[in-house]
Amino acid sequence: MNPVAWFKEVGIADRPTVGGKGGSLGELTQAGIAVPPGFVVTTSAFEQFLEALEARAPVRARVEALDPSDLEATVALSEELRRRVMEEPVPEAVAQAVRAAYAELCPAEEPVAIRSSATTEDAEDASFAGLQDTFLWVLGADQMAARVRECWGSLYSVESMTYRRKQGLPEEGVAMAVVVQRMVDAMCAGVMFTRSPLTGDKSVITVEGAWGLGSAVVSGEVTPDRWVMGKITGEISVRDISDKHARQVPAPGGGIVEVANEAAIANQPCLTDDQLMALREVGRKVERHYGKPQDIEWALDEAGHVFLLQSRPETVWSAKDASAPVKPVEANPLAHVMSIFGGGKR
Amino acid sequence: MTDQKSFPLPSDLKVVPGTEGAQAAYPYYAQFVPEDDQKFWFYNSMHFPEPMHHFDMITAEAAYVALGAFNTRVHVLPTAKGIEHRVINGRVYIGGVAVTDPAEIEERVGEFQQRAFYYYENWERLYDQWKDKMKALIADAQALPKPSLPAYEPLETTHTGKGVASNHALLDIYQKQIEGYHRMWHHHFEFLLLGYGAYMTFFDFCKKAFPEISDQAISRMVAGMEAEIFRPDEEVKRLARRAVELGVDAQFTDNMNIDQVLADLDALGNAGKEWLGELETSRNPWFNVSSGDGFYHYHRSWNDDLSLPFAALPGYIEKIKAGANIERPTEQLVAEREQLVADYRELLETDEDKATYDQLIGLAHRVFPYVEGHKFYCEHWYTNLFFNKIREFGALLAEHGFFGPQGREDDVFHLNQYELESAIIDLMLAWGIGSEPRGPKHWPAVVAERKAAIEEWGKHPTSPALGAVPDVIDDPAIVMLWGITRENLDTWLNEGVENEKELKGFAACSGVVEGTARVVKSVAEIGRIQQGDILVCQVTNPTWSPIFQKIGAAVSDIGGSMSHMAIVAREYGLPAVVGTGTATQRIRDGQRIRVDGGRGVVTLLDEERVLEEA
Repeated sequence: MNPVAWFKEVGIADRPTVGGKGGSLGELTQAGIAVPPGFVVTTSAFEQFLEALEARAPVRARVEALDPSDLEATVALSEELRRRVMEEPVPEAVAQAVRAAYAELCPAEEPVAIRSSATTEDAEDASFAGLQDTFLWVLGADQMAARVRECWGSLYSVESMTYRRKQGLPEEGVAMAVVVQRMVDAMCAGVMFTRSPLTGDKSVITVEGAWGLGSAVVSGEVTPDRWVMGKITGEISVRDISDKHARQVPAPGGGIVEVANEAAIANQPCLTDDQLMALREVGRKVERHYGKPQDIEWALDEAGHVFLLQSRPETVWSAKDASAPVKPVEANPLAHVMSIFGGGKR
Repeated sequence: MTDQKSFPLPSDLKVVPGTEGAQAAYPYYAQFVPEDDQKFWFYNSMHFPEPMHHFDMITAEAAYVALGAFNTRVHVLPTAKGIEHRVINGRVYIGGVAVTDPAEIEERVGEFQQRAFYYYENWERLYDQWKDKMKALIADAQALPKPSLPAYEPLETTHTGKGVASNHALLDIYQKQIEGYHRMWHHHFEFLLLGYGAYMTFFDFCKKAFPEISDQAISRMVAGMEAEIFRPDEEVKRLARRAVELGVDAQFTDNMNIDQVLADLDALGNAGKEWLGELETSRNPWFNVSSGDGFYHYHRSWNDDLSLPFAALPGYIEKIKAGANIERPTEQLVAEREQLVADYRELLETDEDKATYDQLIGLAHRVFPYVEGHKFYCEHWYTNLFFNKIREFGALLAEHGFFGPQGREDDVFHLNQYELESAIIDLMLAWGIGSEPRGPKHWPAVVAERKAAIEEWGKHPTSPALGAVPDVIDDPAIVMLWGITRENLDTWLNEGVENEKELKGFAACSGVVEGTARVVKSVAEIGRIQQGDILVCQVTNPTWSPIFQKIGAAVSDIGGSMSHMAIVAREYGLPAVVGTGTATQRIRDGQRIRVDGGRGVVTLLDEERVLEEA
């Protein structure tokens, strides 16, 4: 299998080879939603690399032999395996394919984001909890290649290995895909919920956003502006504009750095009503595509174009959905008016 | 209820010194008594935002006679009987009569279901019948002759053996008119509560299914499209279009002299005459719309005073000439409404909920034509005929010197309904006897005293409510008709404490607008409104629609999500906050304010500068 797959070639069904994140970005791309372009370093690339590692010294057998309660041994093994992942040569076919894809994606070495893309739902949750890695504003092919290795290496982090051992998951089949994606120099960015995180209301879309890259919002370092709008009507019912003291921006040599917001913009809404409507359109489109409410990460570039960086199915309220109706069915529809006229009696 | 803030007691309210005589002239049954301290009252500034002329009190009284009868004894609402009313310093306070005994509620539930369900089941037939009744009632009122007293009875009286002289006709006309007015209010409440109730049932369902849905979205799903209440404004638009089509549009300018324009059109030849014909078509019946809410004699109809519709003509003409289609795209609005209903339905989780939703929206759509349409027949058309008939009595009495040498026909409204009947009888006696009536010596001083009292009362703001706040407001009539909830009473109590620069009300129509506040306390001030101003008023009503094209946003003291201002604001997409309680008292004319119609918040911006000016 090809060590590299472009977003436009893959979808959710390809999760086993491109991971959840990669599959989702591919799915969105195929659905015609603006996603910054990119490719996935597939699990096949990882497996070819792992095969090369195993040929030199065992990896999976060592992990499977680990006692998860022995922290000292786990730490030692993690350090050893991660060092090997970082240092040992990658099979030429894999390295070549990744470099070629990068050259095509970034002819002028444009900045990219590198994200691990786990293949199992469990692992994806772990990823969401920050156990796996995201690297922003990565510059140049060498940096890119190193960050891909770091993502692979995250499979051998103490937390990750301990988790697998405690769950008794076999190492066979444990693999990691890595997303390499052009970055948007975001004027503002944030998250969008197509189902209210507050009440589970499916008729409203909640948008949170702040100046600069979305990492500030996702990590909770800045209190974002918040809007609630009618999914169907587009009417904006809540506008909470917060004091956004700082924003995250690209650092000169790569990576990101936090800078203070000038007073003039700190209290200004980071989105216009038109931009909110554009976000709503995209949110509805994604929700329709998946057929269920989504939690979405978005960014606006300097020109105000909306890009999606991530979309995951909403899980909290979906899990709670009871089948109890809003109001008990009445044989005589008129009996419903007793809820107004009956003083709670019927 | 622990020691929380509360409103003053009725007994804390004092009659403004010097107006005791005018206060005493209101009916004894509408005066506060010590026992009233036990009860919660609120100022009905939605219907009665200005001090009441003595005659105009009949608008409260007749309405509460009928509302009470239908709630208490016709439909038999399980938890609420009628509404009591009191008047002090010209301000009408009202309070509901709740049913709290569970056994009585249970009994009333049985009665209610037999009665109300019959109405729901036969709504269209009964509503058609209702329109026939109203039109017949209107025809009766139109057929009442103008009261007049000839020097000698026409010979016809003798030749036909009529056997009744003209002075008797005065009493006959007056009593028939009072009777007709009361009857109109019975018709008014025949459907109203049931209509609102069906709407509220759907409203509550939506709020449960979609906890963050806006009131506005729900209203848009229900709103009728052919409602009579939009028609007067549509007629003005039609006249604007016809003026352009006929090439007579240049006649209509800002601040035009209307009589001159009408004369010029008549002299202009066929095109001008054709437009005047169109005007007549529109006027009958659609200009029988009050420029107020139909509760004050001085809220004249467009037919009595063409300045309101004519003020809108130049703006509409300009838009038409710029190529804009200004008439309501009814089919498109219907399609949008149906789409909205379908889209929300799609979001419901279960088939059971979808079935309930279908039932409730179906019922809401059935009842809504009445909810939106009745006002045109009742508060506008009939009420306008009613006050004009009383005005004819005013003219007759003025002619006979009852209001002094400077007396005007409108002075009649300073008499209460019983006093007016006594004045009529005084005149009947004098005409018959051939003597002088006593009225000319009696009434001028009374009228002067009451005129002064009303002016004085207008200067004294009054408490929005009186007495202890009940734990819950579950009188469906009060919630539906006045939008009074426990939450907004708390807000009224806390006014001026929480944030001096903010007023909270109901979010009637979303959008954020900053602009100059134009505090308009009566319709007479409408001319002061400039393009882009924010209208601040006690209550608006749909007949102000033509000025909605001019303003940037609207704010009112009272009104719920079902108030007419809210309905029309949504129709016009005009940011609006209703039910703020005190906007007209706290916002200064000319002040810059920000209206956030989506949150229901009004922010006062340049308070300081205005205070300096003041």
